[in-house]
Amino acid sequence: MIILFISFMTLIPFLGFSPYIMRIMILSGIYIILALSLNLLTGFTGIVCLGHAAFYGIGAYTSALLAIHFDLSFVFTAIAGGVVAAFFGLLLGLPTLRLNGTYLSMVTLGFCEIVRLVGLNWMSLTRGPMGLTGIPFPKILGWVIDRDAEYFYLVLILIIMTWVILNNLIQSRAGIALIAIREDEVAAEAMGINILKYKVLAFAISAFFAGIAGSFYAHYASFINPQSFTFDESIQILSMVILGGMGSNLGVALGAIVLVSVPEMLRGLQEYRMLIYGAVLVIMMLTRPQGILGNPKALKIPRNN
Amino acid sequence: MLFQQLINGLTLGSTYALTAVGYSMVFGILGLVNFSHGSVYTVGAFLTLIFFTALKFNFFVSFLLSIILTGLLGILIDRISLYPLRKRNAPKVTSLISTIGVSIFLQNLIMITWGSETKKFPLVINRGSINLFGANISTLQIMIFSMCIVLMVSLNIMIQKTRVGKAMRATAQNSKAAMLMGININAIIMITFFMGSSLASVAGTMVGMYYQTIDPYIGYMAGLKAFAAAVLGGIGVLPGAIVGGLSIGVIEAIAAGYLNAGYRDAIAFAVLVLMLIVKPSGLLGKQASKKV
Repeated sequence: MIILFISFMTLIPFLGFSPYIMRIMILSGIYIILALSLNLLTGFTGIVCLGHAAFYGIGAYTSALLAIHFDLSFVFTAIAGGVVAAFFGLLLGLPTLRLNGTYLSMVTLGFCEIVRLVGLNWMSLTRGPMGLTGIPFPKILGWVIDRDAEYFYLVLILIIMTWVILNNLIQSRAGIALIAIREDEVAAEAMGINILKYKVLAFAISAFFAGIAGSFYAHYASFINPQSFTFDESIQILSMVILGGMGSNLGVALGAIVLVSVPEMLRGLQEYRMLIYGAVLVIMMLTRPQGILGNPKALKIPRNN
Repeated sequence: MLFQQLINGLTLGSTYALTAVGYSMVFGILGLVNFSHGSVYTVGAFLTLIFFTALKFNFFVSFLLSIILTGLLGILIDRISLYPLRKRNAPKVTSLISTIGVSIFLQNLIMITWGSETKKFPLVINRGSINLFGANISTLQIMIFSMCIVLMVSLNIMIQKTRVGKAMRATAQNSKAAMLMGININAIIMITFFMGSSLASVAGTMVGMYYQTIDPYIGYMAGLKAFAAAVLGGIGVLPGAIVGGLSIGVIEAIAAGYLNAGYRDAIAFAVLVLMLIVKPSGLLGKQASKKV
């Protein structure tokens, strides 16, 4: 079944879609990676992160700068982007020692805004609002990726890697610990799970994959500026996880595809798009808070009060 | 220079304090960060402007209408996006996301109805300025500051002395017990939303008058800064909102004067993150014991 699906996906570039459709599919791919990575944090560990775009942006800027100044291979810039983002994820995970729930979400929001403002003001490194231009095409072992089909395959490989690694992680001991933390932190601690260690781990891994997505985006778009990594972007990624269903990898991937392609289909409605978007979020929460394919258990149901 | 920055900081800080009250009161009673509050602030500022310039009402009538309508909008937001979730005892995350949805909806509604370009806010009150210790203080600044302080102090007195205030405090402490004591929880929540939102409208209008321009995005930063102020002072504690708002205003003005002005907006977030890490309960808040 999976093999069938993957072989179908490899055929897509040969089906003669227009560059516009290919572009939407590649963008969906980037968001699938982002949504999968956020799902680890929000869906499985129960931390609502309002600053995922910051990791995305850190990864994008890191690899863009490395590629522009040192002309390194994509393998290296992507891993570097992931590692730097993971480092910031680690830093952001440390306050979880003291903070919970809404307060932690607000720290992630503050972090996201600070990263954006540093990006806007650190002119010598990031060129501020003008952004970084002329990011070279990704190169892998001398192979230069510059056609839509090649980008498509690259993002497909990245999605499969992210999916396999995160899926294995969730089924491992560490993953079970994360789910235990989500279900009941106090009980998990009583069972001998080191809460801080696992939460920091979740932050770092989640940030790592967001950084890789950022790295791909930087090479693909060949231009980045802080405007691409705002709080709205964080909300967009979070909405994909929520719409698709927290704690379901298939669900969030679906959520990413829906939220990238539906606004494209609604292009005719122009300014009403975001209006509908906001209304959909509210209606979704009121009618089906667990998302399209989500597990209702992934939402913490308070026992008292 | 320093004194001038201090005056500017206190003026803006007092409007942050007014906006922070909305976050603080809702958090105190529902334990929820109301993300739509920033957009409500924008709606308040726009309503005043529309009544005043397009419908040619008297300024004070426009202001009053805006305060009432924005307050009602607050109730409406609660009724539509939060009340059904509360009734089902849904998890907090869903309410948080629901308010984010409302926020996106409102901001875009403003952009569609009134356009996304910056609008001129007419200068209503201009009585010149006075010179004090080398700083220029305009009458508008004095008016904004004193109005905010008067509103905050009277709100505090209301919460501490009146029956409604007592009921609000009881609901914040333990809503179930308050209900058993015969307090109409839903009415209290409605009053809370009404007051929080109408104060946001006052703050939005004041800032519009102060800068003489408004655009649909003003509520975003103002809302986040006010939230930072509420956290700094101690979320859920009303005097904390005043302390937090004024502190954020002053810190930001001084930092913008002496450091890179581009980082002005980052200051509030740095304060927010640091405060949450060091003392999440805020300057005036009490550390809540963790319930198991």
